[in-house]
Amino acid sequence: MYSATHALEKVGIKIFKRHMCWYGIGFLFFLLTLLFDYRHLNKWAYHIYFFSIFLLILVLVWGKISSGSQRWFKIGFISFQPSELAKISVAILISHIFSEMPLKKGYTLRELWKIFLFTGIPFVLILKEPDLGTALIILILSGTVTLLAGVKKSSLLILIITGLVLTPIVWTHLKDYQKKRVLTFINPNLDPLGSGYHITQSKIAIGSGMIFGKGFLKGSQSRLRFLPEQHTDFIFSVFAEERGFVGSLALIFLYCCLILRGLNIAKNSRDKFGSYLAVSISVLMFWQIFINMGMVSGILPVVGTPLLFMSYGGSSLVFTMISVGILMNIRMRRYMFNGV
Amino acid sequence: MLKSPDIETNISLQKRIIWIDLLVIFLFFILILRIWYLQITKGQEYRIRSEHNRIRLREIPAYRGKIMDRNGIVLVDNKPSYNLYLIPEEIEKPDALIKRLSHIIALNIEQAKKSLLHMKRTCAFKPVCVKRELSFDEVAKIEANKLLLPGVVIRVEGKRNYIYGKLASHILGYISWNRRGTVGIEYKWDKFLSGTHGGMQIEVDATGRMVRLISKRAPVAGDNVYLTIDKRLQQKAEHLLQDKTGAIVAVNPKDGEVLAMVSSPSFDPNRFVEGIDQKTWEKIVNSKNHPLQNRAINGLYPPGSTFKVVVALAGLQEGLINPDTVFTCTGKFPYGNRIFKCWKKNGHGNVNLHKAIKESCDIYFYNVGKMLGAEKIAHYAKMFGLGQKTGIDIGNERKGLVPTPEWKFKRFGIPWQGGETLSFAIGQSFLLVTPLQMAVLYSAFFNGGILYKPTITKLIKRSDGSIVYEFKPRVKSKLHINKKHIDEIKKALIAVVNEAHGTGQKARIKGITVAGKTGTVQLVEEKEEEETKIKEHAWFVGIAPAQDPKICVAAIIEHGGHGGSAAAPVVRELIKEYFKEYVGQKINSKF
Repeated sequence: MYSATHALEKVGIKIFKRHMCWYGIGFLFFLLTLLFDYRHLNKWAYHIYFFSIFLLILVLVWGKISSGSQRWFKIGFISFQPSELAKISVAILISHIFSEMPLKKGYTLRELWKIFLFTGIPFVLILKEPDLGTALIILILSGTVTLLAGVKKSSLLILIITGLVLTPIVWTHLKDYQKKRVLTFINPNLDPLGSGYHITQSKIAIGSGMIFGKGFLKGSQSRLRFLPEQHTDFIFSVFAEERGFVGSLALIFLYCCLILRGLNIAKNSRDKFGSYLAVSISVLMFWQIFINMGMVSGILPVVGTPLLFMSYGGSSLVFTMISVGILMNIRMRRYMFNGV
Repeated sequence: MLKSPDIETNISLQKRIIWIDLLVIFLFFILILRIWYLQITKGQEYRIRSEHNRIRLREIPAYRGKIMDRNGIVLVDNKPSYNLYLIPEEIEKPDALIKRLSHIIALNIEQAKKSLLHMKRTCAFKPVCVKRELSFDEVAKIEANKLLLPGVVIRVEGKRNYIYGKLASHILGYISWNRRGTVGIEYKWDKFLSGTHGGMQIEVDATGRMVRLISKRAPVAGDNVYLTIDKRLQQKAEHLLQDKTGAIVAVNPKDGEVLAMVSSPSFDPNRFVEGIDQKTWEKIVNSKNHPLQNRAINGLYPPGSTFKVVVALAGLQEGLINPDTVFTCTGKFPYGNRIFKCWKKNGHGNVNLHKAIKESCDIYFYNVGKMLGAEKIAHYAKMFGLGQKTGIDIGNERKGLVPTPEWKFKRFGIPWQGGETLSFAIGQSFLLVTPLQMAVLYSAFFNGGILYKPTITKLIKRSDGSIVYEFKPRVKSKLHINKKHIDEIKKALIAVVNEAHGTGQKARIKGITVAGKTGTVQLVEEKEEEETKIKEHAWFVGIAPAQDPKICVAAIIEHGGHGGSAAAPVVRELIKEYFKEYVGQKINSKF
């Protein structure tokens, strides 16, 4: 973080300090989430969800009026991204829904209508912001957890076919630059001045790190400001350039441990809701990490998603901390109820 | 209590979660493979690319559009200029490099060091210009020493070239260091003239030389602007005002096209393009004679006797006088406790309208003015466009001033005096006009009563030839006046120039009927309670040929003396020049 912003000079130091502030605030939230029993989330699942939907609509409208960004609210110097809240609220809600549903070998589409509906609404709203990355993450999150819960084979088939049919429709609704991003992914030379530039620079940065990296603050690509967005989406490139393969491996290892730990908490949870919630949150975090790193290293198209914990972005950090907090929460209380 | 189905659920859920474990591990593994590929397999290659081969985004500046006169004669274009750039992030030791450079060519060392340092901090790979317009000699020397000068780049760029120097400088304006028009046509049409910059993405090596072109977006050249100005006429007009202070405006009375517009003294825009230093800039701006001011549209003067036609028309329209009304001019006109005088000491004798205009009798107009009253005079003045902007399509126009009793009281707190009406009637008092306003006013007399908005832009053409804008006459207002009254005044204006005793005989041209009016503005300077007379401003407005006018010229010469002797000959020469080649030429030039 420090290195990436160092290259931005005056503005950079401000960002670094702010990021540290957000760490602090995030940590505070983390502690707060430990205080209450996570099962309250179960009771309040719908409320939280609709509140987040309300905020999503509000930010779209507000943004339209003030011709500002339609992704976040700005109050003074604090900006808040409702899509971050939406991610968690979707995780909570689908966990709640699945935990309430009776056990079955595999659910049919009809039984899953609630999941589709409640995933679809934020998906569309966020897509309109426009924020393709977050929208897709919500979709994938839902999908993964649903698959985990079990889908009847026939239903699954119908779903896949529908998906294939819908894709071209969604394609036409994408904004031009989003389409460009996907096309550029397939053929990076298509738009060398735009998103192709990002990826080329990112790959150069990462690759030039080689085994041991160039050293702290010595990443030439980032220092010379070749890499756009280096303190947000492309922060892993900075990291990889400076720390090399050794560093990258270590980081991936750490993330992997985090996710597996979360999944473990899910396994050991004593109630269905707890399990589903832990899985949802772990999966949510996993996909965000994987998509970012995949994008940055060129195996996925650029969709504009920050890297958890590392990218600059207050909302992302706070909600990530809350996520971890919830996980801890579940773990802490696994022995806590039913007086056993 | 835990229910048994719950335990079952949990166990099966546990089993399934293991699938997700595997998925996570698998995908992270894929990621590791990819990173391995980038950093280890291709690591060396990327390392080399990051160090030696760098990608640059270079702007390709667009060719700024040209400015031409109405016949396509180019007045402003661009000429190539070799400019020296330094790329901050490629220069390890700036001081040493600059020193080395200064040994090869002349260079402002301090300036170069400052700019280089500043850019290194803000945007290290954007080139900094340290010297412009290198000579071929200097270019050769730098190229020869290229290896000793890493990070030094020479770029060929367009430099704005005002081909004829001071010609039409007020109209053309100039562009400033950031390539934006600041004044005149350059400012008005800056967006069209600028075009669109292009860009290219290139890979450069350590010396900044292009190794590979990755992609390019071509620039779009700016649009070309054609003015209504006739270069030959403009040149003549500038020549006529040489060494004098004042302005000349020539318009086409039938559509408002500006054929020439000069303000003297003027300036050479080329000096501004080069990047003028603070001292010279201040000298020009604070110069007593204001060379940057376009007196044709920005200079405010009392119109003097040239205003009399408005008063005459007012009197006729209001029915207060007719062409046969006679007043006696003895040279003296007592009013209140003052004696107003006519410029002719012993008076003109009995004067009717025709004679009053021809010989510019003041006392006739004192009478008419008295009958009309200040407010009525002001009304007609405004009707003829005075006190408002003409609407010409370049900036910095002033609207002048038409006084009324109400205005005077608001402004000074003193009520309007009757004697001021008399001064008003002969074009003095608080009345202020611009030369352009007078040209438009007189045009209205000869074109059937239409006040046209003057236009300087004739045509704007894209670089591909398509037309963006084409001139069409713009009407400001139509005057509802009796044709008979206009004709009377027109006859008198012809007499001014062509009959004996007319004040404008110096404007006469053999073979062409010139009509016009002289004006002489009295000026006094208050010096220690004594009023010292300064030389008067000389006005003349001429129209030719009177039967079917093609040109209307308004000229004012500050401190030139009498209108008839100083300004009339100037107008005559300009009109002569206009008809020299006009005879036989089509009215609308084709491009």
